[in-house]
Formats: sequence, C-alpha cells, structure tokens
Amino acid sequence: MTLALDAELAGLDALDTVRAGTDGRGRRVWAAAWPKLLAIALALGLWQLVVWTDWKPDYVLPGPVPVLRRFATDLTTLDTWRALATTMRRAGVGFAMATAVGIGIGLAVSRSRVVRSGIGMLITGMQTMPSIAWFPLALVLFQLSEAAILFVVVIGAAPSIANGVIAGIDQVPPLFERAGRTLGATGWRSYRHVVLPAALPSVVAGLKQGWAFAWRSLLAGELIVILADRPSIGVRMQFERDFSDIVGLMSVMLLILVIGVVIDAAVFSTIDRTLRRRRGLLVA
Amino acid sequence: MTLLADRTGAAPAALAAAGRGVAVRLDAVVKDYGTRRSTVRALDGITLDVTPGEFVCLVGASGCGKTTLLNVVAGLDEPTGGEVEVAGRTSVMFQEAALFPWLTVRRNVELALQLDGVGRVERRDKALELLTLVQLDGFADRRPHELSGGMRQRVALARSLARQGDVLLMDEPFGALDAMTRDLLHDELERIWSERRPAVLFVTHNVREAVRLADRVVVLSSRPGRIAATFPVDLPRPRRLDDAEVAGLAGTIMQTLRAEVARIGRAVHAGRDTPLAAGDRP
Repeated sequence: MTLALDAELAGLDALDTVRAGTDGRGRRVWAAAWPKLLAIALALGLWQLVVWTDWKPDYVLPGPVPVLRRFATDLTTLDTWRALATTMRRAGVGFAMATAVGIGIGLAVSRSRVVRSGIGMLITGMQTMPSIAWFPLALVLFQLSEAAILFVVVIGAAPSIANGVIAGIDQVPPLFERAGRTLGATGWRSYRHVVLPAALPSVVAGLKQGWAFAWRSLLAGELIVILADRPSIGVRMQFERDFSDIVGLMSVMLLILVIGVVIDAAVFSTIDRTLRRRRGLLVA
Repeated sequence: MTLLADRTGAAPAALAAAGRGVAVRLDAVVKDYGTRRSTVRALDGITLDVTPGEFVCLVGASGCGKTTLLNVVAGLDEPTGGEVEVAGRTSVMFQEAALFPWLTVRRNVELALQLDGVGRVERRDKALELLTLVQLDGFADRRPHELSGGMRQRVALARSLARQGDVLLMDEPFGALDAMTRDLLHDELERIWSERRPAVLFVTHNVREAVRLADRVVVLSSRPGRIAATFPVDLPRPRRLDDAEVAGLAGTIMQTLRAEVARIGRAVHAGRDTPLAAGDRP
C-alpha cells in the first residue's frame, strides 16, 4: 500500500514537472542581442539619412561616421579617462548616498499604511520636480562645490528609491505575512525574513529608476558647477561647445548615453531578471 | 477572557492543558467582527476539546466561521470572549501553500527551523528528512513555481511539520487541488499523521473528505458560527473516499448541514431580522 502510494505520487510529480529543454548559450545570447543591434543600426541609419538631406551644414550636424571615429580616438586619451573617473566617482558616491537616504526613508515610512499613503504623495511630488530646478538653491546652500552636485544627485534619485521600497512593502501579499507569523516570524524577524525579501523586486526597480535620475542630475550638475581643477564629462561637453567642436561634443554625448545604458543593463536589469526568473515571474 | 497558552511557543499554562489530556480546549469562544457601531458575530459560544493525536474535521457552509475558528486557535486572531487553550505549539497550513517564492523548496522548510533557532547544519539535514517524508527530496533545490499545486502543498506540510507542532491546523489545504491529487494527498496525510500523531484541526467544506480523514466531524452552523452537531467516525483505517460506510456517514452529515442552511433560508423568507446582519450588538 505504501509502496503503491510512493509510486503514484512519484508518477504524478513527474507528470506535473515536465521541463522543456533550453537552447544553448550562444543561441540565447544571439536571441537577446539581435533586436538591440537592429535598433542601433536603425538609429544610426536615420541619423545618416538626416545628414544626407543637407538640412544643416556638416560643422553643425556631423554624421555618425566622424562621430564614431572621434569616439574611438577619445577612448584612447588619458584626458577622457580622467574626466570619466571624476564623473563616475561622483555618480558612485551620489548614488550610494541616494540609496542610503531612499531606503532609510522608505523603511521609516513603510511602518504604517497611513503614513505610507501620506508621505508617498509627497515623495511622488518630489519625483516630478526637474533636478535642474534644484540648482539655484543648491548653489546658494553649497556654493560652487562638489557638495552642490551631490546634493542635487541625491535629491534627484532618493525619491525614486524610497518609492520603490514603499511600493514593494505595500504589495507584500498578506498571506506571506500570515504564513510567516505562523512560523514564528514576528516583529523585525518578519521584516527580515518575509517583508523585505518579498519587496525586493520593487526595491530593485526603484534603484534602477533612481540610477537614471542620478545620472541625469549629475550631468546637469556638471554643466552648471564647473570646478577649475577637476576635469569631468560635463566640463568636456562645455569645452567642446565653447570651441564649436560639434563632433567632439557629440562624441561626449555618445559616451554619456553608452554609460547610462551599460550600467542599467549590466547591473540593474541583470539583477531584476535574475530575481524575477527565480520567482517564476518571467515568461520564457 | 483569558488566554492561557502562548501559542507561538510552549508556555507553562500550555503544559497544564497537556496534563489534562487536551491538545486544544475552546470554552465558549466568541468572535465579533466589525466597527463599534455594527458588528457581526462570527463565532458564538464555541466549546470544543481536541485530545492529543486526535484528527478533528470542522465542516460547515460558507460563512460559518470555520476559518475564523482556526485563526483564533492559531493565534492569528484574538477571540472577543471565551477561553482558548493550546497545549504546545501550533503550525498552520492554508488553502494556498504560501511558500516563499524567493527561497528554494529546501530553504522554505529550513526557514521554519531557522526561526526556531536550529543551527545551520542541523536544519539542512532536518529539512531534507522532512522533504523525504513528503517524498519530495528530489525537488529540494527547485523553486516553488516549478512545482504543481499538490507538490507545493506537500512542501507546505513539510514546513508545518518542521515546527514540531503538537497541533496542526489545516484550512482547506486540498480545496484547490484536482480530485486525483487530493485523493493521493489524503493517503499521504493519513500516513504522516499516523506516524507523527499531532492533533489535527482540519477545516473543509467537503463532507466526504471530512469523513475520510477524521476521528470526529464537527458540524458548524452559519452566522453566527455555533456547533450544530458532532459525529464520531468509528470506521477502520485506512479508509477510501468511495467506501460505502464513508459515503453513508457523509450523507447523514450532509443532511444536517442542509437542514442548517434551510433554517437560515426560512428565516430570510419570513422576513425576520436574520442572523446574517446581526447589527448593533454591544
């Protein structure tokens, strides 16, 4: 009887958990890459088409070929890397501070539903505020300094991160909390073992959005707060404009775009996909 | 009202209850829901003893407060009045497995042990042992979403057993499963129960299932929930869902249930103040 039951259960389990074979690694990478490559090719083609129409002279709107060539040479100069180092350090410090502030506020607010909905509205309001609008105040508070830039980066990114935390905690299924309680997870142990892990995908989404805001605020800041002895990406853009070197300007713009996309893809989207795949929230 | 047992862990008062040979003792338990202005009485004077190792099924139509009663015993809800005593600790299984999707099957079971203060190495072995008990050791490193509904419920059962509770509370745990899986899980539950002998309080709306599993079937009336009748099930185990005796007793119990529902129907027809909206209670 027990043996028969074993066999029956095992049979049912096998029928219930058929796993489809997955493609090889190369095939998967190609499947993910080709739509993106196609989109880049289309964008470059469109750009070239506009240039070919002679809508603007070459020295005002250069085509993709000289810009890409300049981009490749720029990457071989020490100046570029020094500028990049300054900017990335600011991005790192600013984003880390924004993360600390955002998660801190998110956790503090999430303790009660009433506070959550009240403060949540204020935070969303902060999010809609363009970061450039903070600069006049930042300059009064911190003068022309690193602190002014960081202030704007933090205030630009923290609301998104806080919102991610709040939304995540708001959406934790009550059943999980009940199940946790029956296992002895009460108080902070419920937070540690149930609420926070359950909220994690939303927190990551908040971080992803926060990064985009931080990066935007930072570049705006670098265009406004130019510190003499500190070359940065923003300073370089300003220089190229002052010298009317449009190819150089667009090369720097390309760099800004590439960094934004690469960090989003390499860090945030990867974490997001991993989390969702593990939880069975990702189709195929 | 006094609550004698700390239902998240064993307490001295709980041991006292155990000494009298009672796993769960409910004495005139009342539970009201609602605001100060209007309340609904979900449970009205429930008195019930469950002895250690006994399998008790609660059946009733919807709105009879079955789940409320289980929540009160589990300590997820406080009773409005009356006394609840639980000897030892409870563990709960819900209709949904409620496994945590960010943990593997094994880690889900381990979490129960971790929250209990069991060390890392020991809880790993213990979790695998429990998964072997529910015959899912081969799926230890899978994620819950990769399993079928029935398998998830078995993991949930393993997780409940990890708490080494003296009282297992089950809230329609097989309600969402197909008939074949449910039939197998009845056998499985009966086997594990007879090995480990926890007291079980099992809520279901399926009378046949109740007779299949229980030592005693308790019928609750609806709105407010009261105990309408109790049926001991003196049939030999192992039983089958389609045994003639099981079907026969289920039929008798079903008649009691239908009479209960009809009583409410007649009250509504008569236009009397129905017990459905018992407003303005003190």
